[in-house]
Amino acid sequence: MSASAKDAILARIRAANRVAGADGVADADAGYAALSRDYLRAHHDAGIVELFAERAADYRAVVERVPGSGLAAAVARVLAARAAAVPGPFVVPDGLPGGWLDGLPGEIALASDAPPLSPAALDQLAGVVTGCAVAIAETGTIILDHGPGQGRRALTLVPDFHLVVVQAAQVAADLPDAFARLDPARPHTLISGPSATSDIELIRVEGVHGPRNLHVLIAEP
Amino acid sequence: MTAPAPHPGMPTYLGMPAFPAAARTAVADSQLRANLTHATHTIRAKRAGAVAELSDWEALRQAAKAIKDHTLAHLDTYLLRLEENVTRAGGTVHWAQDAGEANAIVAGLVRAAGADGVVKVKSMATQETGLNEALAADGISALETDLAELIVQLGHDRPSHILVPAIHRNRAEIREIFRREMPDAPAGLTDDPPALAGAARTHLRQAFLSAQVGVSGANFAIAETGSLVVVESEGNGRMCVTLPHTLISVVGVEKILPSWRDLEVFLALLPRSSTAERMNPYTSTWTGITPGDGPENFHLVLLDNGRTSALADRTGRQALRCIRCSACLNVCPVYERTGGHAYGSPYPGPIGAIITPLLRGITDPVDASLPFASTLCGACYEVCPVAINIPEALVHLRAKVVDAKREKTFSTERVAFDLSGRVLRSPRLLAAAQRAASASRKLVARKGRIRRLPPPLGGWTETRDAPAPPPESFRAWWARTRGDRS
Repeated sequence: MSASAKDAILARIRAANRVAGADGVADADAGYAALSRDYLRAHHDAGIVELFAERAADYRAVVERVPGSGLAAAVARVLAARAAAVPGPFVVPDGLPGGWLDGLPGEIALASDAPPLSPAALDQLAGVVTGCAVAIAETGTIILDHGPGQGRRALTLVPDFHLVVVQAAQVAADLPDAFARLDPARPHTLISGPSATSDIELIRVEGVHGPRNLHVLIAEP
Repeated sequence: MTAPAPHPGMPTYLGMPAFPAAARTAVADSQLRANLTHATHTIRAKRAGAVAELSDWEALRQAAKAIKDHTLAHLDTYLLRLEENVTRAGGTVHWAQDAGEANAIVAGLVRAAGADGVVKVKSMATQETGLNEALAADGISALETDLAELIVQLGHDRPSHILVPAIHRNRAEIREIFRREMPDAPAGLTDDPPALAGAARTHLRQAFLSAQVGVSGANFAIAETGSLVVVESEGNGRMCVTLPHTLISVVGVEKILPSWRDLEVFLALLPRSSTAERMNPYTSTWTGITPGDGPENFHLVLLDNGRTSALADRTGRQALRCIRCSACLNVCPVYERTGGHAYGSPYPGPIGAIITPLLRGITDPVDASLPFASTLCGACYEVCPVAINIPEALVHLRAKVVDAKREKTFSTERVAFDLSGRVLRSPRLLAAAQRAASASRKLVARKGRIRRLPPPLGGWTETRDAPAPPPESFRAWWARTRGDRS
């Protein structure tokens, strides 16, 4: 049945485009390449890291800019504050730069995702610490490609606290540059602030299913 | 609320009265009007601000329009490319000509996965196919996980907005629904929106963590790479596309984009147009299967269900550019007063008034009434991020409805217009008609207004007053006072 449904749909599309006079166009790829794109490649060209910090904070992420040399200390401080409020270990994905966790106080427990933790186990964690692939200044967005140091998607979804480290060089000014830096074959999660909803009276409220606490450390040279 | 009658194409609300009757009931509901006014006015100002931030908005809009038009003109090529790339990445592609086929495919896949329930991300396509009802008939439960969809589902209600299906409910009503229908609602739940969101989080948590099958739609499907994109806010979408073992995505054939880089255009336009955010909280993209990360089985169901009929309509096909942002609903003076239910379809508002008749045809009285559910003010066209000329399509569809009627039945309106055409073509007949009208003013008008005309003309005055004809027409006055000087 599915082969015939496919043939029928494709035949209907071709007939429709003929009827509507839209079939006279050249080959698809040539036509696509010729499309005009008069929009800006970026809306800001200076102060990109600062812009990212400001816009990520607009959506109630907690954002701090720290010198690279002070990163481990900042991670330790943020995790200690979280641990004081919520018990449980922090999961650390494979490939997280080891240096980021130097100097963690001894009472902070870490968990590994190898072998993979069950969803129920992820739900018991105090939080997760990751890096990211790219960030977008214009929109205050962090993009995970779930590669080394970021973990599979569930890791940054189920725990209620996400500490993410963004390296200044990872910040793209705007969407075109950011998407060009990504590999579409990978899964991605674009994160702009903590979980939120506009479903009650079209007013944005933070805190639904994703992590309700998003802490961003921007590591600058 | 009674169960919707079955229909092969878009079953959800058939059996509803046509727009004018449904609108009359809705407009009389003062709570509904207050809720809608509050919500639409809040978002309108915010959207304008989010859009004004981008100096090149119009260029983005034109690029989006061009990309979508190009894609539609080569839709066969791009769908085949998408199928090839999804398959290469480990997914399975299914094709469904109508709602019935799509629902049967999904039900079969759920059973094959050995599951008797699914968790769902908000999806217009499955709303359109009536998937939940079809699954229920097959003994499969479907749990809506989007907050507004959950409110609608728990309230045994119908969605009334593309983005915020429970827009017709205010916080106090939502609290009542939760207290009545949600067994695990916390005691002392208030109507504070964060508290309501928190109750939904707790309520759905276990369902997410143990889900075997997730069902989603997609905002975009990328032909070049086979990637799917889901744009959302709450994280329920991430849960549904990540945690289950099997993921089934039902996607209209028009959701396709040629290449990955097109996201730079559409992700600039969509969040600002829909929730007035620079970017929505979460967007997920995935390409087939990723070993060790997310579902082990991925099925893409490509849905026609009337889209190819819309594609054959030279003027109407532009509606297939729609990215379901709902900006047109939020600015529409008619939607603001009637709400979404009056449109008798999952697609309400200005876009619904064109897309429903394009997908379903105009043989049903509900569908035939929709192109008239507009003042043609043009606000919808102005805010549309893909520049769909909705007023143009409305007028085009009105003509189709009138033409279809002309072929079939006698109509007083038709006769009246034929007659006035003849009268307006002849100066002599016009003068005679004007004299007759002036003479009749004492008969039909009171205090300068005609409030009710006798049958068969009564329909005209049912919803409007007409001014009384003047005692003398301009032409008669001119002939009497200046006639000698002409």
